[in-house]
Amino acid sequence: MKILIFAEQRDLQLKKHALEAVRTGRALADQTGGEAVALVIGQGVKNSAATLAGFGAHRVLIADDAKLAAYSTTAYAKIIADVANAEHADVVLMGASAMGKDCAPRAAVRLEAGLASDCIACTVENGEIVATRPVYAGKALTDIRISTAVKVLTLRPNVFSAGTSSGATATPAPVSVALTDADLATVVTGTSKSAGKMDVAEADIIVTGGRGLKGPENFGMIEELAGVLGGAVGASRAVVDAGWRPHEEQVGQTGKTVSPSLYIAVAVSGAIQHLAGMSSSKYIVAINKDKDAPIFQVADYGIVGDAFEIVPALTQETKKLLGK
Amino acid sequence: MKLIACINHVPDTATRVSIGADGKSIDRTGVTFVLNPYDEFAVEQCLRLKEKNGGEVIAVSLGGDAHKETLRKALAMGVDKAVLLKDDSPRDSFAVAHALAEYAKAQSPDAIFFGKQSVDADDAAVGPMVAELLGMPSVTVVVKMDVNGTDVVAEREIEGGREVVATKLPAVFTAQKGLNEPRYPSLKGIMAAKSKLIEEIAPAAVPARVQVTAMRKPASKNPGKIVGTDVSAVPELVRLLHEEARVI
Ligand SMILES: Cc1cc2nc3c(=O)[nH]c(=O)nc-3n(C[C@H](O)[C@H](O)[C@H](O)COP(=O)(O)OP(=O)(O)OC[C@H]3O[C@@H](n4cnc5c(N)ncnc54)[C@H](O)[C@@H]3O)c2cc1C
Ligand SMILES: Nc1ncnc2c1ncn2[C@@H]1O[C@H](COP(=O)(O)O)[C@@H](O)[C@H]1O
Repeated sequence: MKILIFAEQRDLQLKKHALEAVRTGRALADQTGGEAVALVIGQGVKNSAATLAGFGAHRVLIADDAKLAAYSTTAYAKIIADVANAEHADVVLMGASAMGKDCAPRAAVRLEAGLASDCIACTVENGEIVATRPVYAGKALTDIRISTAVKVLTLRPNVFSAGTSSGATATPAPVSVALTDADLATVVTGTSKSAGKMDVAEADIIVTGGRGLKGPENFGMIEELAGVLGGAVGASRAVVDAGWRPHEEQVGQTGKTVSPSLYIAVAVSGAIQHLAGMSSSKYIVAINKDKDAPIFQVADYGIVGDAFEIVPALTQETKKLLGK
Repeated sequence: MKLIACINHVPDTATRVSIGADGKSIDRTGVTFVLNPYDEFAVEQCLRLKEKNGGEVIAVSLGGDAHKETLRKALAMGVDKAVLLKDDSPRDSFAVAHALAEYAKAQSPDAIFFGKQSVDADDAAVGPMVAELLGMPSVTVVVKMDVNGTDVVAEREIEGGREVVATKLPAVFTAQKGLNEPRYPSLKGIMAAKSKLIEEIAPAAVPARVQVTAMRKPASKNPGKIVGTDVSAVPELVRLLHEEARVI
């Protein structure tokens, strides 16, 4: 199979999920005797694109143009579909990120392709791709078969392994970019970053605080622990609705779905809608004074006790371990 | 302004899921269905745009008769018209998008609103698919928007912040929590909705592009280890995270 991977970059940095998608694309290509071709879209992306060979891309293509410096749903979807057509790709892969989820359905329609979104596994059975994806907020998993000639899959970030780079680089080949005004029907004119903060959707470690912390002033200790661990701060809906924390930190059904290596839930009860967003984390730690809190049912490790005592001690102990 | 809100009828998010006899879908017995939470933001945004600019709001849902309940809720919130694209058979996202696009095309709307995702399939696909089928721009996961004539400036949630997107009507938007605070239907609205007609249309069928071959519950985790019941457990927890889990 010919696999085309749209490898997302922002600010000329390849996203980790882009590396994961390239590695996964290569594995699919190897299993089916095919080729993995990575595509990077933007302006000035040549150098970062070259590194994708180290993650398994047989070839690397770039759509490099001033008109593509800022993300445009319509333009990116068109380019992905055009390149997939030109390459006769059987499968198009990309990360299920804000960008990937935004443009994949449009690219799929252009390619008359079936779409499996937010996949957490992707295997080959009898020469056919079987994708696994969560539904009902992770309360069930489905296996999906796509019956169209071309198949589009988005992969949930942090679930597939990117491995480490072999160090190989490739010379990216430019694809021609011909865009009309209509192709640029949506254009990103700016971004507002929450200054210097790591996003829960991308973090490898998350420390989440819940309503049991009693007030926004007590999130300092959560921020400190997250800081020491090099992770991000998450929030339950209860604390977001109370205005203690911004919505972008919310984990769960109406917030973000996360799969970090380590998820520490502090004074979070573990309501079903919260679990929906974080139960696929690799390791879950629960700190809660109620031994019957549902969060303990998904936790790998738990301490039943008062967060106000345990969190500062945990920060100290971690500092000691990490020599900070 | 002619505004369309596409709304879905989905299991309440607190539903405990059990797998149905076919092994491919959930067992629906005893499940409460509601208007998809994100679609409430879509309906609300349409109502606000109409209040400001005049016009008409149509709520449309594809599904069986059960979807009428959700359409009535939209009527109670204040939409002018409710349309059921009546089809009880399971459809994949593309087949849903196809039917909605066919309906919308005939209406020449200024804007079509969707929820960010249905909380059943969690596909987040139908909105942008409809946009592509209609050749309209789309902005997904919208948390803020300003409409000035046909110019739109919308903000969408991305990793670590927001993205500001400029586009022009007619366009498709998918709504995220934060866009607005959906109104509660008034008693008067609820009463009026009861007697309103729900238009029924039989949508054309299109072949499915994806098939669910199996549905299962995720492997349940073994209950974890309670490391301790007070602060003295902290060193052991850190050791386990470092040596056993190797995550720090
Ligand atoms: C449609 C819908 C969507 C939803 N989406 C989400 C979502 O995306 N994300 C989400 O999180 N929720 C969501 N919810 C809400 C969810 O049902 C819960 O209400 C919410 O998760 C509760 O937040 P919490 O755990 O912080 O608060 P609580 O449930 O109030 O739990 C607080 C916990 O803190 C513990 N505690 C108190 N004091 C201490 C202390 N000193 N030390 C240690 N522990 C202490 C208590 O034992 C308790 O377990 C949604 C609900 C609905 C209906
Ligand atoms: N059967 C349906 N009828 C009407 N609108 C729908 C239907 N299914 C999905 N939608 C709309 O499409 C959005 C995204 O759904 P999904 O792609 O299934 O996650 C929903 O929030 C609804 O606005």
